[in-house]
Formats: sequence, structure tokens, C-alpha cells
Amino acid sequence: MVDAVTRLNATVAGVAGGRPVIFAHGFGCDQHMWRHVAPHFVEDHRVVLFDYVGCGGSAGSAWDPARYSSLQGYAADVLDLVEELDLHDVVLVGHSVSSMIGALAVARRPERFGALVMVAPSPRYIDDPDRSYVGGFAAEDIEELLDSLASNYLGWSTAMAPVIMGNPERPELGAELTESFCRMDPAIARQWAQVTFLSDNRDDLAGVTVPTLVLQSTQDVIAPIEVGRYVHDAIPGSELVLLEATGHCPNLSAPESTVRAITDFVDRLPDRAGSTG
Amino acid sequence: MTQAARKAFLDALVDDDPVQLYDQAPCGFLSTTPDGRIVKANATLCSWLGTTPDALCSGRSFADLLTRGGQVYHETHYAPMLRMHDRVRELALEMRRVDGRRLPVLVNATMVRDAAGEPVVIRIAVFDATERRRYERELVAAKELAESSEAEALKLARTLQQTLIPATEPVVPGLELATAYRPATHGLLVGGDFYDVFAISPDDWAVVVGDVCGKGADAAVITALARWTLRGASVAYDAPSQAIANLNEVLRSHESERFCTAAVVRLRRSGSSWRAQVCVAGHPAPYVLRTDGESGPMVATGPLVGIFEDAEFTDHELELGPGTGLLLFTDGVTEAGSAGAFFDDRGIAAAISTHGTQPQLLVEGLVHDVAVFQEGDPRDDIAVLALRTPLEG
Repeated sequence: MVDAVTRLNATVAGVAGGRPVIFAHGFGCDQHMWRHVAPHFVEDHRVVLFDYVGCGGSAGSAWDPARYSSLQGYAADVLDLVEELDLHDVVLVGHSVSSMIGALAVARRPERFGALVMVAPSPRYIDDPDRSYVGGFAAEDIEELLDSLASNYLGWSTAMAPVIMGNPERPELGAELTESFCRMDPAIARQWAQVTFLSDNRDDLAGVTVPTLVLQSTQDVIAPIEVGRYVHDAIPGSELVLLEATGHCPNLSAPESTVRAITDFVDRLPDRAGSTG
Repeated sequence: MTQAARKAFLDALVDDDPVQLYDQAPCGFLSTTPDGRIVKANATLCSWLGTTPDALCSGRSFADLLTRGGQVYHETHYAPMLRMHDRVRELALEMRRVDGRRLPVLVNATMVRDAAGEPVVIRIAVFDATERRRYERELVAAKELAESSEAEALKLARTLQQTLIPATEPVVPGLELATAYRPATHGLLVGGDFYDVFAISPDDWAVVVGDVCGKGADAAVITALARWTLRGASVAYDAPSQAIANLNEVLRSHESERFCTAAVVRLRRSGSSWRAQVCVAGHPAPYVLRTDGESGPMVATGPLVGIFEDAEFTDHELELGPGTGLLLFTDGVTEAGSAGAFFDDRGIAAAISTHGTQPQLLVEGLVHDVAVFQEGDPRDDIAVLALRTPLEG
């Protein structure tokens, strides 16, 4: 398998000895989702951005339906990155489904992580009346989403594939890559959507043993406040911050308050011995 | 234009003021705040949804008008794209009417920014896409059907192919023997290559490698015919040339225009050796394998099978003492190409000198070399068969 940095189109910026902060994007787009947030951390931190396989400038050839048939495959990618860049005391900032990918990664290698920031998390999207859990979605809604994806990827042609799937060795494709923002191979999008929206990670939350911040938009049709509260309650010692933000992407719609909340949280984290990264 | 028509046109143009144009436009219009709250909507959209501008502008957001699935798409794709590019085009969504029915729409949107670059308003145009969405669904269904048909055709071709060669690796007591068959990687068509190994009696065997011209189901029919004709004829006739002559007549009298090439070897046990009769008909000449490094192609040729009425086929006799053998193959091996070059006899000679003459090692090595030569992308089928009288001791 190709090395993780290449495979995931990872970029490293900021201070070499600083505490590593990994920003993990959610379903749909790529690392550009952090463009208003990540730059605020480069002065004091080592900032790592990346694209999941199939997104942005990642190596599309690394797509493996078996590996990515559960969120564990995505978590393994994050851990590969941590391993390869030799990162310690990492602050992992995950948006949307990456909050759960982060929870899985942290549970598997707690010694590598200093903290977890969950932006607009949901451990389960579909309601579960048996456990009196309201995720906000019915199973049919997810079918509707898959339909919606199929309709919108109709125009995705194989001719566009090489551009969309990334071509890190050809920087002149940068403009097209920006144009391809939020577009991906329909087969990959479909599987990722299924894995994301049919996952149930409620029982994984107890495995998060590092300091955790839950960032919740006041109005989010994907991850409503009740769900944010559920996550907060399920992770002992976690903090919940309500952002004056509308929508599922406060990192885009309210970057200032998102940055403020993360900075405030990170600055209060204890320094670990040997956390030179 | 008549005077009356002209007057009516001008009157209509006067009525068509910007307000009318906005409200009665043949598409829906919406304006929202940068975070999606609806502040303005035209009459067309309201009538499509079965609602009123006041109801729409009472704190609802654009996402509220979408199906749940559409809302996810809105949040994960639409909103991020709009903020990235200040516009989105032709997004396929479904809106919810007041009566619960769905309205498939295509949506274009623009983000308007002030002088400082701050987002001020989002303008959204909505097009009724009911018919288009139905057509798209049909297209998607047709594509899925085509894909599954293709998969089924490939499976059929592979299954049919398997019937043209022995079901299991043939075993001849007192003879080392190995075979390989690699179909071309692409295409759904059954190739014409075949081989066969069968006993006439315990000490009398026939070995066949052949190639029917063309591909596909009708070529496969001829391939099966050739294989079974050679089996029958080998029982009826002693010499391979007679068996091939029989096949020549059968193919000539068949309605198909197809012909084939073949190399047929009749092997008769003689103590610890084998006596071989080899007949070559339009086929690459087999190689004689020797342990002393003197391996090389036989000097044996003959006409194609199934074309000429009085075609004459010749038998060549040779003694296969311990360590001596034969290598038979189809032209997929010699004509394997890469960047204008062919694998050729040089490639075969090189394979023999690299892998030796032990049939199993030679066949595996040769097939590997051919695959590497054409970068793992065989455009033609490959059939390879090697046999050798075991070394003594």
C-alpha cells in the first residue's frame, strides 16, 4: 500500500516542535473544509490536514471497498498518518463522521492522543426507539440520501475521474481540484454514505478516554442539539460548547467561534511529558 | 404581425414589469440570508409547493423545504460548495410540498457578497425537473441492467471457455506434462484457443493444441467441433496427419467459414521412452526440448485446416528419450506484443534457457514471461503445453 501521506494527500504546516493538531474532514468534501480554521493554529501547532481516500487529492487507486466497509478502515488511515508522521499527544479535530472516526482511532491508540474535538458529531443517525434514542433520521431518509447522491453524481464521468481523484504530482491541476471540491466517484460516495449514516457508534463513545470537546451548532438538521448532548453525556468528562452557528458545518459558517472554542479548549490541555511531537 | 397582434404584444410587454417577471417567472425564485433563512419567494415556487410567501418567510430555511435525504446533501455538499465558489449549479434535489408530495427540482444558487466580501444574500433559482428525473432514473436503471448483463456475459464466456479445455490437469503415466491457459484479459468473447490430452489406449496417447480463427460464440462452436473431431479421428486413424485431414474435411463441409490451426502429437510408449508423431497444420512449430541445451523449433509446417480441398498434412517422427520433450503453444505467445515488438521465437528460446525443460517450471515461467512482456495485459488467449519423458534414475 502507498504510504499514508501520499495516499491521503496529507499536508503538514506550522511549528515543527508544536503540539500536533490533525483536522479530519467529514463526509462530502475534503480538507478545504478547514480553510478558515486551520490557519489559526499554524503559529503554535503542528497542523496536519488530509483527504480521505476517494476525496480531494487522495490517491483514488487506494480505494478498497473491503477496507472502507466500516469506519474502522477510516480510523486505520488516521492511525497510519499518526504513525508515519511519528505524532504524539495529538489533538484530533474531526468534523461530522470524523468525530466518530476519531473516537475509534483514540480508543485504539489512546497513548498517541492528547485530546479529541468533535465538531457536529452524531454516533447514530437513525432513531432507535428500543433505546429511546433520537438520531433524527428514519431508514427511508438514508435511502433518499443515496438517491440524492446518485442523481447528483449523474454528471460524474470517467473523463473527470483522474482530475477529481487527485494528481499530487501535477500541481497545475490545482484549479481543477478546487473545482472538483465536494465531488467524488459515485460508487465511493455511495459506500461512504452508507457506512456513515448506517453506523452505530454509541457504544464506542465510552472508549474515548482523552479530554474531549463537543462542538454543537444551535441549528443542525443532521446532528441536532439532543444528539450533541447525548455524545457529551456518553463521554465522561467531556465538554459541550454550543456555537452560535446555523447548519452542519460551523467550520465554514462560523469559523471564528469554532476557532475560539477549539483554542480555548486546547490551551487548557495539560502538557504531557515528552510531548515534543 | 397584424396591427391587432402587435398591439396585444406591446400591451403584454408593458404588463411584464420586473415584479410580474419575478413572481410569474417559469421557475421558482428564493432569496435567503447567508445562513439559509428564507426572506423572499416568488409566486411560482409558492404555487408549486402549495404555500404562500408569508408562510415560507416565517423563519423557515431553504433546507426545511427539502426531503431529509436532500437536507443531508444540502449540508454536506451544497452549502460547502456555495461557500467555496459563491455558486452552485444543477443540483438535483427534491422539495416537499405542503400536501406531502415530492417535487423533483434542479437548483442553481448564487451567493451575493458586499464590498468587504461578507456574504449578504443567497439567490436560488428552482426548476421543475419531474420529467427529467424520471428520465434519469430510467437511464440509471438501463445502465445498471447493462452492467449486470455484461457481468453475466463475461461469466458465460468464461464458463464456455472452460468446456473447450480439459476440466482437470491431464495426467499421462510415465510422462511429465503441464498445461496453461490464459484468456485475454479484456472482452467478453470466448477465445478460439484449445488444447486436449487423451488416451486411445494405455500406451497410446494424443496431445492437441489448436486455435480457431476469431472469437465469440460461433467460433466456440467450431472450437468444440474441432476438439471432438480430433478425438474421434484419433481413434479411427493411426497418424495425426490423417486425423487432421479428417478435421479438414469436416470443417470444409461445415457451413461456417471458419478455419483453424493445430499441432497434433501421437505418443506411443516404447519402454522408458515415447515415440512421437507430430503433425503441424498452419500452427507455430512445436519446440523439441532437450537437456543438453540444444532445444529448438521443429522444422514442420503444413496448410491451415478447413480451407483447401486437397490439403496435404505431413507427420514427423521423433524419439522422446529420457529428458527429451516437446513444447506446444498458440500464437498468443509468439505474437504477444509490447511497444511494437513481439515476444517471438527469441522470447521462447530465452524462456527455455531461463526456466529449463521441466514441463511445470517451463509452462509457468513462459506464461509469466509473456505476461510481463505485454505488461500483464494479454490481448490474445494463450495456450501452452509442455511434455517430457522423465529423466532416468
